[in-house]
Amino acid sequence: MTVAGDRLGPTLFERSRPGRGGGKVPHPPKDALARIPGEYLRATGARLPEVSEPELTRHYVNLSQLNYAVDTGFYPLGSCTMKYNPKIDEWAARLNGFAALHPLAPDELAQGTLQLLWELEASLAEIGGMKAVTLQPAAGAQGELTGMLMVKAYHRHRGDTERTEVLVPDSSHGTNPATASMAGFKTVTIPSAADGGVDVQAFRAALGPRTAAIMITNPSTVGLFESRLCELLDAVHEVGALAYMDGANLNAIMGRFKPGEAGFDVMHINVHKTFSTPHGGGGPGAGPVGVGEKLLPFLPSPRVLREPDGRFRLEVPGERPDSIGRVRAFAGNTGVLVRAYAYIRAHGGLGLCEVSDDAVLAANYLKGRVADILDVPFARLCMHEFVASAATLKSATGIRTLDVAKRLIDYGFHPPTIYFPLTVEEALLIEPTETESLETLDAFVEALRCIVAEAHTDPDLLHSAPHDSPVRRLDETTAARQPNLRWRAMTGSQMPCPD
Amino acid sequence: MAYGPHTTEDRARMLAAIGVDSIDALFADIPASLRSSKLNLPPPESESELSVRLETMAGRNRVDLISFLGAGAYRHFTPAVVDQLLLRGEFYTAYTPYQPEISQGTLQTIYEYQSMMAELTGLDVVSASHYDGATATAEAALMTCRATHRERVLVSHSVHPHYRETIQTYFAGAALAADEIPLVAGGPADGTTDLAALERLLADADRPVAGVVVANPSFLGLLEPMAEIGKLAHASGALFVAVVEPVSLAVLATPGEYGADIAAGDGQPLGIPLSYGGPYLGILACRDALVRGIPGRLVGMTTDVDGRRAFVMTLRAREQDIRREKAASNICTNQALCALAASIYLGAMGPHGLRDVAALGAARAAELEAALAAAGAPRLHPGPYLNEFTVRVPDAASVHARLIGRGILAGLPVARIMPGEPSLADALLVCATEITTSAEIAAFGAALHEELAGGVR
Repeated sequence: MTVAGDRLGPTLFERSRPGRGGGKVPHPPKDALARIPGEYLRATGARLPEVSEPELTRHYVNLSQLNYAVDTGFYPLGSCTMKYNPKIDEWAARLNGFAALHPLAPDELAQGTLQLLWELEASLAEIGGMKAVTLQPAAGAQGELTGMLMVKAYHRHRGDTERTEVLVPDSSHGTNPATASMAGFKTVTIPSAADGGVDVQAFRAALGPRTAAIMITNPSTVGLFESRLCELLDAVHEVGALAYMDGANLNAIMGRFKPGEAGFDVMHINVHKTFSTPHGGGGPGAGPVGVGEKLLPFLPSPRVLREPDGRFRLEVPGERPDSIGRVRAFAGNTGVLVRAYAYIRAHGGLGLCEVSDDAVLAANYLKGRVADILDVPFARLCMHEFVASAATLKSATGIRTLDVAKRLIDYGFHPPTIYFPLTVEEALLIEPTETESLETLDAFVEALRCIVAEAHTDPDLLHSAPHDSPVRRLDETTAARQPNLRWRAMTGSQMPCPD
Repeated sequence: MAYGPHTTEDRARMLAAIGVDSIDALFADIPASLRSSKLNLPPPESESELSVRLETMAGRNRVDLISFLGAGAYRHFTPAVVDQLLLRGEFYTAYTPYQPEISQGTLQTIYEYQSMMAELTGLDVVSASHYDGATATAEAALMTCRATHRERVLVSHSVHPHYRETIQTYFAGAALAADEIPLVAGGPADGTTDLAALERLLADADRPVAGVVVANPSFLGLLEPMAEIGKLAHASGALFVAVVEPVSLAVLATPGEYGADIAAGDGQPLGIPLSYGGPYLGILACRDALVRGIPGRLVGMTTDVDGRRAFVMTLRAREQDIRREKAASNICTNQALCALAASIYLGAMGPHGLRDVAALGAARAAELEAALAAAGAPRLHPGPYLNEFTVRVPDAASVHARLIGRGILAGLPVARIMPGEPSLADALLVCATEITTSAEIAAFGAALHEELAGGVR
């Protein structure tokens, strides 16, 4: 499904005409602001666009049609789990009882939401094999920060202040080392072994009394289960460090592997991946964090508690002194969590196992078929995603992964994640998810086959792709050298709006 | 599976193509000792059963009370067009616009969001979004430390207590210090940031200050002397961070006007539902000079190879997927859909509509002040406010609890989230917005009068 190419249009600012729009609320009395001294008031008005509702609607509907989305086509963006987002979950989050509830409403007025959050914590703890879960973090990266702040609090609480290092495999998501820095740790990068797993020798050499934790993505970012996991976890615990699991790839392992049972001390879960809350053009998601016994006292406050009489309440300030505190203003991205709760209830335990089974089945099927067309560096069975590479194609034709990705757009597909993980040359990280039909997977394979054929017969077609998209390749250099990050009246004359 | 397309035949075909005889065989890489116990979760529910369960749970929340509760999250009218457009699957089921050729919709809406928020804040650069007001404020405080190479910020005690706690959480990780600026006690400036104390704190040469963080309006609803605070901060080489509420910026002096270097705040009032605390919209804006230190995505205007105007994520060298441990922040997933909601809201309201929302809230708040004073609950602080303020109610917590029984949510007993502060022990923080009616105000006044007079229970 290609996106329409003829709908580039003016910005909302260019559509603006003085006097249009508004009228949504009554006019205030003329003297409404008279009681406020002038020095506190704005000197000039905000130059916001003035448009009528019909224009506003067309503006955004036309813009929406410039987007590729899960609702329009196959989006195999590895590591991001772009699965179908069930519509009932959207409906549920909009129920007035959920949507209109104030975050500081007294507990007695919030029993429905508190129950939902409590049950969701319990379900996620069961799925992760963890003792408890906090729902506060707003995204995976914030979950990572929350987890690593708990790791820090744990060591500090034991008077173990020399643990300043966090081990991170070189194939990890960029958020892992960035998180370690934010939490005040030094990142030690561990190389990958030839089979895609962690290089155990290098890992053992880096491990020591200064190690606070290791952050492992499992299944890894090359889509493989970390086969030497037992050895890694034992070694980590032997030196008194903790094991963090980046749960970005949880969609592969539900019902097959519980990180907490296996010995991970802390993990985050991306509900916008595994539990199918929509990605929203970049967010919002939510990044619940599960912990084992050791980190229980340090969970962010407030937690949701169930009283013996069955009522639910939030912790009060200071109730759990060892808590790392708040990581955000209020309880969590509750509207997102309602969607995740609905998704889990719709599937139940068996359904979630089947989600992972089908995700892994689809990935292995696609991997086998893609292996006839591109390099597939790791031959063994994969989990929910796999890495392909255009390295051989590049040496034969000069065509790079970027060109293949851009040409996929012409064939109506969203490209996979490209040039990640950094450990594989000319990488394409492909994650089909469990909600794509066999016909779609086969069509994607055929597109790749055609593109590779074109690479040999008509490479310029690929160098200049995409051709059928609303815009073609962009001048990113000028965008960065002379940043234009906001509309100014004069921008229009410098750069005329498209017809 | 509820949303899967695969038939039994499809699965059999895929297994045959892979060359294994069962799905179990695909998981052979998981060591036997690590295979998990069964998932002990409730059984699946059909959509019809699930919808009843969810409606029942939503019904257990009470959202029918007459509410004067704000304190960092606000009830406003949202035009119907906002949610209708937000439900376009092309927007909400896309992800971060990594492939700009097929993401111009998301990219242009983010650019327009940045532009509109720049107009509201009077600053040049606006990030594509952060998680919420508290995390945006914490990131702003961290920015000041990176920019000045100093390790201490000062945060006014009148910044939302939850924001202050979030700053402490973030700063504990980074081993940086966040100290509080006390408030004036008594006199015409009662309850606002103490400028003399700020000056003393800034004068400590051994502990130079990276940034000064003050909210306007403050958590207590008061307007702060932002221009003076900014001058004091700058005189000592510190940056000035303003914590703002975006609707108020339609009428109140902007961070750009009073000299702030960074503005942070929560965009929830711009058409985003209360939803028990999120998803909201972290606003983070700064002056041009700080652009390379701002965390989060930025979208810029550029051209494509055919010279057509287009939009793209830019200055990516600040971000975690490029810079890893040296990134400005670990943020990846943000709150883009909430930024889109705010943009559509601002487009629907227009500049005059937004001003009306702010001014009408102010008018209703004045009406509320008079009604509560008449009922025996005068304002606690004398300074100017916009649409939120505190009143003195003896035994505030129990009066608040009894008013719930009368169908009125009488704001927030401040001691609930700021315990142990004698000057605020009797304070109720109340707010009015454009949707507060005169009848609701009258009902609140009458009920409070009866409670304070020891009348009908």
